[in-house]
Amino acid sequence: MRKPPSPRRSADDRLFRLGTGFFAFLVVLLVGGIAFELYENSRLSIQKFGFHFWQTTTWDPVAGNFGALPFIWGTLYSSLLALVISTPIALGIAIFLSELSPRFLRTPLAFLTELLAAIPSIVYGLWGIFVLVPIVRQIEVHTPDWLKKVPLFTGPPLGVGMLAAGLILAVMVIPFTSSVAREVLKAVPATQREAAYALGATRWEAIQAALRYGRTGIAGAIMLGFGRAIGETMAVTMVIGNNPRINSSLFAAQHTMAAVIANEFTEADTDLYLNALIEIGLVLFVITLVINALSRLLIWSVNREVKVEAVTKAAATALPEAAA
Amino acid sequence: MNQAARRKLLSGFVVGLCALAVVAALIPLALILFYVVEQGFSSLNWDFFTKMPKPVGETGGGMANAILGTLMLMAIASVLAIPVGLIAGVYLSEYGRTAFATLVRFTADVLNGIPSIVIGIFAYGLAVLPVHRFSALAGGLALGFMMLPIVARTTEELLNLVPASLREGSLALGATRAQAAFGVMVPAALPGIMTGILLAIARIAGETAPLLFTSFNNRFFTTRLDQPIASLTVQVFTYAISPYEDWHRQAWAGALVLVAVVFVFSVLARVVTRRLERMHRT
Repeated sequence: MRKPPSPRRSADDRLFRLGTGFFAFLVVLLVGGIAFELYENSRLSIQKFGFHFWQTTTWDPVAGNFGALPFIWGTLYSSLLALVISTPIALGIAIFLSELSPRFLRTPLAFLTELLAAIPSIVYGLWGIFVLVPIVRQIEVHTPDWLKKVPLFTGPPLGVGMLAAGLILAVMVIPFTSSVAREVLKAVPATQREAAYALGATRWEAIQAALRYGRTGIAGAIMLGFGRAIGETMAVTMVIGNNPRINSSLFAAQHTMAAVIANEFTEADTDLYLNALIEIGLVLFVITLVINALSRLLIWSVNREVKVEAVTKAAATALPEAAA
Repeated sequence: MNQAARRKLLSGFVVGLCALAVVAALIPLALILFYVVEQGFSSLNWDFFTKMPKPVGETGGGMANAILGTLMLMAIASVLAIPVGLIAGVYLSEYGRTAFATLVRFTADVLNGIPSIVIGIFAYGLAVLPVHRFSALAGGLALGFMMLPIVARTTEELLNLVPASLREGSLALGATRAQAAFGVMVPAALPGIMTGILLAIARIAGETAPLLFTSFNNRFFTTRLDQPIASLTVQVFTYAISPYEDWHRQAWAGALVLVAVVFVFSVLARVVTRRLERMHRT
């Protein structure tokens, strides 16, 4: 007969659970701390400008007038542009690696695409300044005149600007979207594809069935990439031109929320200026927090469904195997 | 053309597009690596590692102070983040099914996606604003906050690779949960955890944004924690946006060092994780 655990031992275990749990709690505390501190340190600006801060376009530190609309515009514009470029490519990679690639190519190709995520942002920026921007400038110089009348392509050929920022962001975001999308596709049960094939589907139609099954997770993967693009700082600030003026043109120099913080934080000579920059940081924090939380929930929801399915499938296949 | 042929053609077309997408992503990777190696390699020399920066206008010199600065910042970040992250990871692996563990896991993943510049503002408010001075400590703090979720999640994942029978065996022999976790499970997963942590350090070493207004920059040699300190990344940034040819050269050399460090650790981490997975697969 087993003895019940001694009181000392169960007390030890409780202490262990509480102790390690405390350290785990620090992670949660950190997020709360960031929210609280950013709010505290941007109160001057929040009180003075209120919601007006996000509706006006004047950014004049000398006069003490701060409106953050150009930065929101630039952040959304560059991130959406990056998303438009990166999503088809990232999904193509995910489909190729999970459904089509020969086995021997799978691991090296996955490693290479994920290497894109490991390259530091500052290296992307350096490469952007000296390699990408000159290329973009050439594209802009050679844009035909009739096309330059379209609002999307107006302005002088600077090289630096929205197009360069969108391109570099797209490259940086691809590995995040593609690796999560690949995980999602990997988690889609093989029966989905087999059923499609059994009904006479072509390869692409079977892939569509898998994509449809994992669509929430795929949406999560795309959102994760969007969150990355919104918060990206160094590479963008080095190629976007840092001009706080709303412009619809891809060729125009513009600005983003993260870039203005990086550029002007150490120059902020008044408390109000500093508070205005921190308020931009606070909003950046809230936006990325919400986007990340949503994307994680979407990704997790797929994984959980799949896990349940895998369990029932294992139970179903266990019997014939045992008989054999 | 009949419908079946059209469907087959479309299918082949899309398959081709997917292959093209892989190529489309590999082209920028190849271009970046090519330029970094080409430009960086010709600029990298012994002086880069041993000499101090020269004043504006003089050519030559190196980034000795920035390299030391980055190493110090990494040390501070590691001291702060590794113990906390490791123990948090142990909790997540031991009590992973509780609602609280799910919350922590979720928060850690979300924290991972918070822009590094925001973490920089947070560290600024904690360690720079109260004393009105940029410092190595503030920079290390910012990097430590970024490392924490990665270390916690890596530890958890690698502990989950260790077979549960090890824990059960030690509990059956009368060990407490703490003894089973820290005496049996963590040592079994240690090679993997250490590689994961090294990879996290290598990645964090490439961060620039959170250092801009925490550790700032310093043209001189310093080891003091309460003073601004140079770092490889901020130095590369300063040189990259400068108008001087020789500084651009050094920026490329710095970029090569950063990429090389990340690349070596990525390969190493992949090899070790694979070996561990093979070892524990029965």
